[in-house]
Amino acid sequence: MSGTTTSSGGEYQLPREHYLNASYGIRSWLLTTDHKRIALLYLAAVTFFFFVGGIFATLIRIHLLTPNGLLVTPETYNKLFTMHGVAMVFFFLIPSIPAILGNFLIPIMIGAKDLAFPKINLLSWYVYIIGGCFVLYSFGTGGLDTGWTFYTPLSSVYSNSAVTPAVIGIFINGFSSILTGLNFVVTVHTMRAPGMTWFRLPLFVWSHYATSLIMILGTPVIAITVLLAGLERIFHFGFFNPAYGGDPILFQHLFWFYSHPAVYIMILPAMGVVSEIIPTFVRKPIFGYSFVAASSIGIAVIGFLVWAHHMFVTGEATYAAIAFSFLSYLVAIPSAVKVFNWTATLYKGSISYDTPMLYALGFIGLFTIGGLTGLFLACLGLDIHLHDTYFVIAHFHYIMVGGAVMGYVGGLHFWWPKITGRLYPEFLARAAAIILFIGFNLTFFPQFILGGLGMPRRYHNYPPEFQVLNVMSTAGASILALGYLLPMLYLTWSMRYGKIAGPNPWPATGLEWKTDSPPLTENFRETPEVDWEPYDFVHRPDLGLTGSKPKLPGKLSPAHGDD
Amino acid sequence: MHRTGELYGQYKTLEQQKETATLGMWVFLVTEILFFGGMFLTYAINRHEYPTAFGVGGNMLDLNLGFANTVVLIASSFTMAMSVWSAQTSNKKLVPIFLIFTLILGIVFLGVKVVEYKQKFDHHLIPGHGFDITYCSKQPAAVCGISEEDHAKEITEIKEGIEADGGLVALNAHAQLYFSLYFGMTGLHALHMIVGAGLLVWLILESRKGRFDANYNTPVENIGLYWHFVDIVWIFLFPLLYLINRHLA
Amino acid sequence: MQSQLPLYPESASNFSSQVDGLMLFMVAVCLFFGALICVAVVYFFFRYRRKTADEIGAPIHGDLRLEITWIVLPFFLLMAMFGWGAVIYVDYRHAPPDTLDVYVIGKQWMWKLQQPNGRREINELHVPVDRNVRLILASEDVIHDFSVPAFRVKMDVMPGHYNSMWFKPTKTGRYHFFCSQYCGTSHAIMGGWVTVMEQDEYAAWLAGSTNSGDPVAEGAKLYNDLACNTCHLPDGKGRGPSYNGVYGSKVKLADGSAVLADDAYIRESILQPNAKIVAGFQPVMPSFQGLVTEDQIIALTAYIKAQKDQPVPGKPAAGEPATGKK
Ligand code: HEA
Ligand code: HEA
Ligand code: HEC
Ligand code: CUA
Ligand SMILES: [Cu+2]
Repeated sequence: MSGTTTSSGGEYQLPREHYLNASYGIRSWLLTTDHKRIALLYLAAVTFFFFVGGIFATLIRIHLLTPNGLLVTPETYNKLFTMHGVAMVFFFLIPSIPAILGNFLIPIMIGAKDLAFPKINLLSWYVYIIGGCFVLYSFGTGGLDTGWTFYTPLSSVYSNSAVTPAVIGIFINGFSSILTGLNFVVTVHTMRAPGMTWFRLPLFVWSHYATSLIMILGTPVIAITVLLAGLERIFHFGFFNPAYGGDPILFQHLFWFYSHPAVYIMILPAMGVVSEIIPTFVRKPIFGYSFVAASSIGIAVIGFLVWAHHMFVTGEATYAAIAFSFLSYLVAIPSAVKVFNWTATLYKGSISYDTPMLYALGFIGLFTIGGLTGLFLACLGLDIHLHDTYFVIAHFHYIMVGGAVMGYVGGLHFWWPKITGRLYPEFLARAAAIILFIGFNLTFFPQFILGGLGMPRRYHNYPPEFQVLNVMSTAGASILALGYLLPMLYLTWSMRYGKIAGPNPWPATGLEWKTDSPPLTENFRETPEVDWEPYDFVHRPDLGLTGSKPKLPGKLSPAHGDD
Repeated sequence: MHRTGELYGQYKTLEQQKETATLGMWVFLVTEILFFGGMFLTYAINRHEYPTAFGVGGNMLDLNLGFANTVVLIASSFTMAMSVWSAQTSNKKLVPIFLIFTLILGIVFLGVKVVEYKQKFDHHLIPGHGFDITYCSKQPAAVCGISEEDHAKEITEIKEGIEADGGLVALNAHAQLYFSLYFGMTGLHALHMIVGAGLLVWLILESRKGRFDANYNTPVENIGLYWHFVDIVWIFLFPLLYLINRHLA
Repeated sequence: MQSQLPLYPESASNFSSQVDGLMLFMVAVCLFFGALICVAVVYFFFRYRRKTADEIGAPIHGDLRLEITWIVLPFFLLMAMFGWGAVIYVDYRHAPPDTLDVYVIGKQWMWKLQQPNGRREINELHVPVDRNVRLILASEDVIHDFSVPAFRVKMDVMPGHYNSMWFKPTKTGRYHFFCSQYCGTSHAIMGGWVTVMEQDEYAAWLAGSTNSGDPVAEGAKLYNDLACNTCHLPDGKGRGPSYNGVYGSKVKLADGSAVLADDAYIRESILQPNAKIVAGFQPVMPSFQGLVTEDQIIALTAYIKAQKDQPVPGKPAAGEPATGKK
């Protein structure tokens, strides 16, 4: 692929020199310190884990077609959902947006040549891969059947599966997260281009800043926790084992001290993506910029204070439960602020139906449902009924799949032209977005009802009266799988055959759109100076938008026409 | 003032480069605090739960060795600070000398730790199936290499411990918890020392080329910060593990 | 037989009506907000569709009054949810005094239940309607969870200490109960049925056959076998306190505080005698951790409980230390 390809009918050419053709060969990738190439390394690895997790999910759903289970033995089923959770949470969703899109975009968005510590950035990819290998080793040699929560003493004493390598893998992987977070925080503090003040930062950067704070403050705690559990398993240390006087509840406290904030590691970056997509396709500034920015920080901070809402029925002290329930309600407020501001941004906009926008709108709806059902679980009186039922499963899939994964896929589409220099086929992409939306709801909505009925989670078989709803869910999952298959295929296809996008196809206001697509290795020819406010379309003649009257039709419109 | 650090591609100025490195180091230390924090919390909760067993366990440590190690580490912090000062005042010759002192002290510390671990091994104090808190009290003093006086003290302490903790089984289990934490915490600390020693070796090699002076000394400063941090962790570990509740009754 | 597509479980306890009321409120509020958002999104989506390719939206940057509104208004609704939920929870966590106590032991992967008179069941629980029932939960291995959807209650079963839960069945019938905390291979089949019976039927059932010994007798035997009797003499002259009158009373402790002698306290006293030292006694009782099973603890507790109405030996009025020291 040479730098001068023109696509038939397109008016843009790929830039002669860019980060993808700056050097060739496997070494130039595996030893790169270019944040953009590292992002692509992550993309490959993370997609792999999504596949792995997705295949486990598919097997789970097929197995649950009949009350007595269709496919596998109880042991295998338990391994399936455990490995599904571990792969999806630690190796797919937590790194997905930050390590791919964040890595690629944050330096460009703030006008820097790279992250503050490029070598550490590469190191964190390797750390991730090493951690991943341990976990895959565990999957391959007997699997893992503790649930992704690793509750002791089941995980540390009773389980016969390959817990030790998995725990080591997660421990190692934690450092990848820590290093990424550290890199982001320092980069945002010290590497901003002239004129890029804190309140001109894109909201994507704000949300990643908040995410990084959680990674830095939370991840070390999970690392030490799984380390302790691992030591307990290997050497019979007794921290969490009642037989030695240890306390299993302590493990849960330590685990959730990280893993609750970790759910915000998963959702905040997606919120950042949505906060970029919406103003772009509505062509107006985000409503309440400072509130949206501050709410990211608010979520990160309050998010650290609610962990014990996963433990309302462990017998924790009544007053502790009350306090944690209260704080869980507080954390809903910054999320609500975001949802309301996004919705208000639509008002009097100029809304287009481009694929990223469809994902963003889907995100708003599904995240809202997921978040609102979180309020049910945070409610002490309801959690005694709903805890550890499919209601919880539905709650977090609505947020993590309907919210975070939708945001991730939407963001991939939005920045795909920047990453590859090419456009994806718009019609297919819209179709896939709609298929995903339908498949998703069909999969997970019935699970709310199942949960209300009291069907416990992690069940390899269930009473027959729950079958109809389970069949619906499985049917939805197959539609969902198709919905994911499509983008994988056409995005791969478009890397080679897609239309040339040009520097700013949408057009959007961020700094990343002021450089070539794909960008140079150094991102910008010279350090940019920022003298405009974020998401301002009115004072940006360079975007070629002149207001309500079409002046030069066609020429300056997005590369592929819409509506 | 001829040699300065090289300016890496992603930075615009040397000041920016230095600011970035320093901020990065501080953020890293914050993550370290949380990392150790999880263990300290586990320690605190269990200590609260089983004060007797923890007291008995603590009394089995060798206070002299622990104290000696504390002195060694404080001294190494001092030599580390001196090497940073030498770099900042462009005393290029002194930098590696102080670094070598620091390294030696670090190695002494680790050596003492090995002696202590070995001793615990001989005394059946490694958590696991062979763990036996009463092992030494059941042997003649010489077998465990402790003085008759200490031996007698240990025997009474274990007896009191058994009574206070409600039985031998309980005392043994809870003392095993104590030793799990002892090995977990000091082991993690020692791991940090080993990493620090590796960094020191690198620094020594670099500083002998005369790379660090008043203009450019970020690596010395940052590794210095790390070294001080590891010392501070020990300053917490020492009283928690060795000193609290040395004497029951 | 239930319908093919049930949407909500039957309501069969005092809590189910409370929980359902709250559930209705939550669904209403959340439907309102969910619908508000969705309707607004869809409406705006069509109303403000892009008309021309280079059109831009109105440059509106925000509105402080709106922001405050949508911070404050949800706050109050959230507090309503929180408060209502907390009220139910507090009720749930504090059993009334007049409960019928059933012991429940979870182990991989079955439930052992024991009625107050000692009648044992596996994976079956019989309870009378309209009586307050308290389940005292213990685990022999990992964490389990006793969950009865029709009653809308559940509670984790923790190794190492007792949890308890209570409810008042309001409708006779048979209801599923589940283990709802993942506990290993056969977690999914670790369930059973709660049978709610009319009170007289229950009494008859309870009196009915099965010779699974009387727990008090069994406890009395253990009391001798395990040599509790060497210290705990009924007349209080031993090294340990007499059991007479202990259960259900407030025991004064050496540190000056007092503690209610309930099941959890008795269990702790047996396993970790020195966690709480009775005032006037030396901490000499050995721990029985690892020497007694959860079943045996329950039997011992039953025995100690049976002594609660025995005359308290020469015990001086509360306030003065007991006469344990010789
Ligand atoms: C990305 C992931 C993610 C996110 C963002 C959240 C967000 C929230 N979660 Fe969720 N949660 C999980 C992932 C996530 N969760 C997972 C994985 C589990 C299960 C773990 C396991 O056990 O395996 C879980 C479990 C879980 C539990 C424990 C359930 C149990 O096991 O019994 C609870 C209880 O409080 C809870 C609450 C909440 C709340 C209150 C929020 C809030 O942050 C939500 C805030 C958002 C909104 C409220 C919506 C938008 C607001 C409006 C539209 C405003 C208007 C609304 C009103 C005023 C009513 N979650
Ligand atoms: C990021 C997190 C994430 C994601 C994305 C998903 C995605 C999915 N999850 Fe998962 N899930 C969890 C996190 C996640 N899950 C966690 C943490 C648990 C709890 C585990 C525990 O209890 O320990 C859980 C548990 C869980 C359960 C409950 C199991 C139980 O308790 O017994 C179920 C059941 O339906 C389920 C289903 C699904 C489905 C159908 C998807 C789908 O969205 C997946 C769709 C994706 C694909 C199918 C792959 C991509 C598609 C292709 C490559 C096309 C080709 C493939 C085919 C044709 C098969 N998940
Ligand atoms: C060596 C003597 C000894 C033996 C044997 C002994 N105990 Fe005790 N026990 C005591 C003493 C002393 C106390 C009071 C101090 C304390 O609380 O630890 C006590 C307290 C108790 C209490 C709390 C009573 C209260 O009044 O609050 C219970 C319950 C109990 N023991 C049960 C048992 C059981 C059951 C056994 C046998 C399986 C047993 N004990 C064996 C000495 C003994
Ligand atoms: Cu027992 Cu699940
Ligand atoms: Cu949570």
